[in-house]
Amino acid sequence: MSEPPGAAVSLAEAPPADEPSKPLTAQRVQPLRRPWRWIATAVVLVLAVQFVHGLATNPFYQWDRFGYWFLRPTILDGLLITLEVAAYSAVLGLIGGILLALARLSKSPVLRAVSWTYVWALRSIPLIVVLLFLYNFSALYRTLSVGVPFGPAFFSFDESKLATDMVVAVVGLSLNEAAYAAEVVRGGILSVDQGQHEAASALGLPKSYQFRRIVFPQALRSITPNYVNQLIGLIKSTSLVFYVSLLDLFGSAQTMGSTYPGDIVPLLLVVTVWYLILTSVVSVIQFYVERYYARGATRSLPPTPIQRLRTGLTDLRARIRREAAV
Amino acid sequence: MSAKTLEPSTDITPAAVEVHDVHKWYGANRVLDGVDLTVRPGEVTVILGPSGSGKSTLLRVINHLEKPEIGYVSVNGELIGVKRRGERSEVGVPPAEGRGRLKELSERAILAQRSRIGFVFQNFNLFPHLTVLDNVAAAPVATGRLAKPEALELARELLDRVGLGEKTGAYPRQLSGGQQQRVAIARALALRPGVILFDEPTSALDPELVGEVLAVIKDLATSGTTLVIVTHEIGFAREVADRVVFIDAGKIVEQGPPHEVLDKPQHERTRDFLSKVL
Repeated sequence: MSEPPGAAVSLAEAPPADEPSKPLTAQRVQPLRRPWRWIATAVVLVLAVQFVHGLATNPFYQWDRFGYWFLRPTILDGLLITLEVAAYSAVLGLIGGILLALARLSKSPVLRAVSWTYVWALRSIPLIVVLLFLYNFSALYRTLSVGVPFGPAFFSFDESKLATDMVVAVVGLSLNEAAYAAEVVRGGILSVDQGQHEAASALGLPKSYQFRRIVFPQALRSITPNYVNQLIGLIKSTSLVFYVSLLDLFGSAQTMGSTYPGDIVPLLLVVTVWYLILTSVVSVIQFYVERYYARGATRSLPPTPIQRLRTGLTDLRARIRREAAV
Repeated sequence: MSAKTLEPSTDITPAAVEVHDVHKWYGANRVLDGVDLTVRPGEVTVILGPSGSGKSTLLRVINHLEKPEIGYVSVNGELIGVKRRGERSEVGVPPAEGRGRLKELSERAILAQRSRIGFVFQNFNLFPHLTVLDNVAAAPVATGRLAKPEALELARELLDRVGLGEKTGAYPRQLSGGQQQRVAIARALALRPGVILFDEPTSALDPELVGEVLAVIKDLATSGTTLVIVTHEIGFAREVADRVVFIDAGKIVEQGPPHEVLDKPQHERTRDFLSKVL
C-alpha cells in the first residue's frame, strides 16, 4: 500500500501506451508544492545571468585583445612548457609517492622513519622555497658524483650543466608532489581489505604479483580521485616555475603583460581559460579512469555521459507519452 | 614431494598434516596452548569448538598465516614456514624425530609451500576486480605452474565442477554468497593442493545457500582429498567427517569418529557445547 506513486505509474507504463491505465491514474498523488525552492532558483538564475552579461559587455575585459592573445605562439610555447613540466612531475611524483608509501608501510623502522620525515619536511616547506633552493643548488654543490660513500667517485657531473631551468622545475615539483602522492597512495593501499592480502598470500602468489595485480589495482579506485585532485593542484603550481626563469603559460603571459601593460587583464583571462581547459581535460580522463577501476567494485558500471543522455531522452519520451495518455 | 615416491622402508607414510605441540599467544592471551593433531592422507577432519576457542587460529597456523610461538607444523612430511638448520631436505623425515634448531624460511619459500595448501575463507575473499574465471586462473599462472591458456582451461573445468560453468565472465560481487564461496573453492582447487583447509566456509551465508556449498565440499570429501574443516554445521560433520576434533580454550579436549564425539562425548565441556548447538 505504501508503494511510491512513481513506481505505480511506471508499472502502469510497462504495457504499450495506447492501453489506458485508469484505476492507477485516478489515485495519483499530487506532489508537494515547494515555493522556496522556486524562489531560490530564480534568484540564483538572475545572479548568474547578470554575471555572464557583465563578463561579456564590460569593456574592461577587452575580449578583442583576448582573441588576439589566445593562440599567439608565445602563449602556446608557454602552454607547452606548462604541459611538459606538469607531465614529467606528475609521473615522477607518482612513482616517488608509491615508493614512499611502500617504505612507510614496510616493516623496517628505518624506512618508515625516512619516509615519514621526507613527507613531513616536503609538506612543510613552501614549493616556491624548494624551487629557489634548487635554483641556487649549483652554487652549493658544484659537482654531483656517484661512488662509494665517503670514498672514491666513479662518475661526476658538472652541476651547472645538469641543472637546466627545466630540470630544476621538474625536480622541485616532483619532490613536492611525491610527498603528497605518498599519502594518497598509502591511503589507497590501506583502503584495500585485509582479506585480500590474506587470500593472495594463502594462494602463494609471489609478493610482487600480490602488489601489482591484486592490491594496487584495488587501491587505485580510491587513489584516483585523490591523485587527480593533487594533479590539478600540480598543474596550477607549475605557474611558480616562472621564478626559476622558465617561461610557462603564466610566465609568458606575465612577460607579455609587462611589455604591453594595457593588455594585462585579457592576458590573465587567456591564462585562466587555458587552465580551465587543462583541468576539464583531466576531469574527463578521471571519469573514465574511475569507471575502468570500478569494474567489479559495483554491480553495474556508472553510465557514461552519452549513455546517461540516451536513457534521459528515453525516460523523457516515456513520460511525455504517459502524460498524454492521462 | 609426494610421499608415495619414497622407498617402502619407512613403514609410516608421513601424515597429511601434523601439528606438533603448537603454542600461540597474542600478548597475554593464549590462543593455542599445546595442540597436537595428526591428519592422515585422505582423511576428513572437522574441528568444532566454541567461539574464541582457537580453532580458526589452528587452521591458520597450518598454512603459516599465523606463526606459532612454540611448536611446528608439517604437511605431507614437509615442515611449514621453518626448516631445520643444516638439513637439506625435509621430505620423508618424520619431523618429530628430527633434531636441530628451527630456522624461519624465506618469504618466497613460505609462499611456495602455501600454494600447495588450499585455504577457503569464511568471507570468500575473492578478488573483486577480476572476473570469476580470472580469480580461478590467477594463481596457477602467477606461481608459474601453467601457461595462461592451460590455466583458463583448468579454471573452466573447475568452475563446471562446482556448478558455475555459466558464470565465468561475471565479477564476484554479481554473485550470491553461495556462488562466491563455490568460486573460492574452485580457486583453491586450481593449485591442486594436497590438503584443503576450510575456515567456517558457510558461516557468512544465508541459510538457504549453505546446502550448495556443503554439497561441493562433500563431493571433495568423497573424492579422497584431505580436508580440515572448521564449521558449526554439526549435521554436516556427522555426515562427512572421518574424525571430529573438539577444541576449547586452545586445547584439544577430545577427538574421535563422529559417532563417538558427537553422540557419546566423554568430556563435560564437549557435552556442554553440543547441547548448545544441537
